[in-house]
Amino acid sequence: MDNMNNKEYQKYAERKIPKPTYFKNILYAFVVGGAICVFGQIIRNMLFKFGLDENSVTIATSIILVFVGSFLTGIGIYDKIGKIGGAGAAIPITGFANSIVSPAMEYKREGFIFGVAARMFSIAGPVLVYGVGSSVIVGILYLIFTKGR
Amino acid sequence: MEYLKVFIVGGLICVIGQILLDTTKLTPAHILVIFLTSGVVLGAVGLYKPLIEFAEAGAIVPISGFGYALSKGAIDGVKAKGIIGAFVGGLEATAGGIAAAILFGYIAAIVFDPKTKS
Repeated sequence: MDNMNNKEYQKYAERKIPKPTYFKNILYAFVVGGAICVFGQIIRNMLFKFGLDENSVTIATSIILVFVGSFLTGIGIYDKIGKIGGAGAAIPITGFANSIVSPAMEYKREGFIFGVAARMFSIAGPVLVYGVGSSVIVGILYLIFTKGR
Repeated sequence: MEYLKVFIVGGLICVIGQILLDTTKLTPAHILVIFLTSGVVLGAVGLYKPLIEFAEAGAIVPISGFGYALSKGAIDGVKAKGIIGAFVGGLEATAGGIAAAILFGYIAAIVFDPKTKS
């Protein structure tokens, strides 16, 4: 122990760092992510029964899922789901809602402007920047390529 | 059978994210941006639509489905309004979800307090 050089110590330390439990994480992400999508499908099918068209159903489903995600984050349940499901809880649209509510709630004491409202977008902001930005580029490229024909 | 397809496709999309989380130094925020942008690109080249036709919510509910809606909106916008549509279409198609996220997110953050970490 005492006469280890740097490299030896690094190797020793690497061995001691617990390996993430890959298989368990993947299984839980699969189950939680799949289950949230099934929940979304149940909502979709119910909305179709109300006679909404495809487009409205998709929009209404995301509104409902965002509501559920925000609410479950508020009462502290979504963070528990996230701890188990990892990416399975983060990637569905409910996780997007979670990424908005979580930091906003956390920084409430910094006020309603710089605390709540600004922190809402600490993760959602980058998501919107890249998403909206790239969609405009897609539209422009589509215009160029279809006009070029 | 329908729900099985939803479960498997939705689950697999999340598994890709989990593998990225565990094997790289990417944070969940990176994963969200990567998946959303992938949805935009895959939607633009026409690869994401078949997945939605096959698995419906399994492909719509993950954030990549949000990206698909953005790029589909932009392309439909261009078809209807030309260059203006490229700027308007993406947000128009996703406005419902974004507005809901802003309103419900704000209300939830105001009404509830963070739970003490145990």
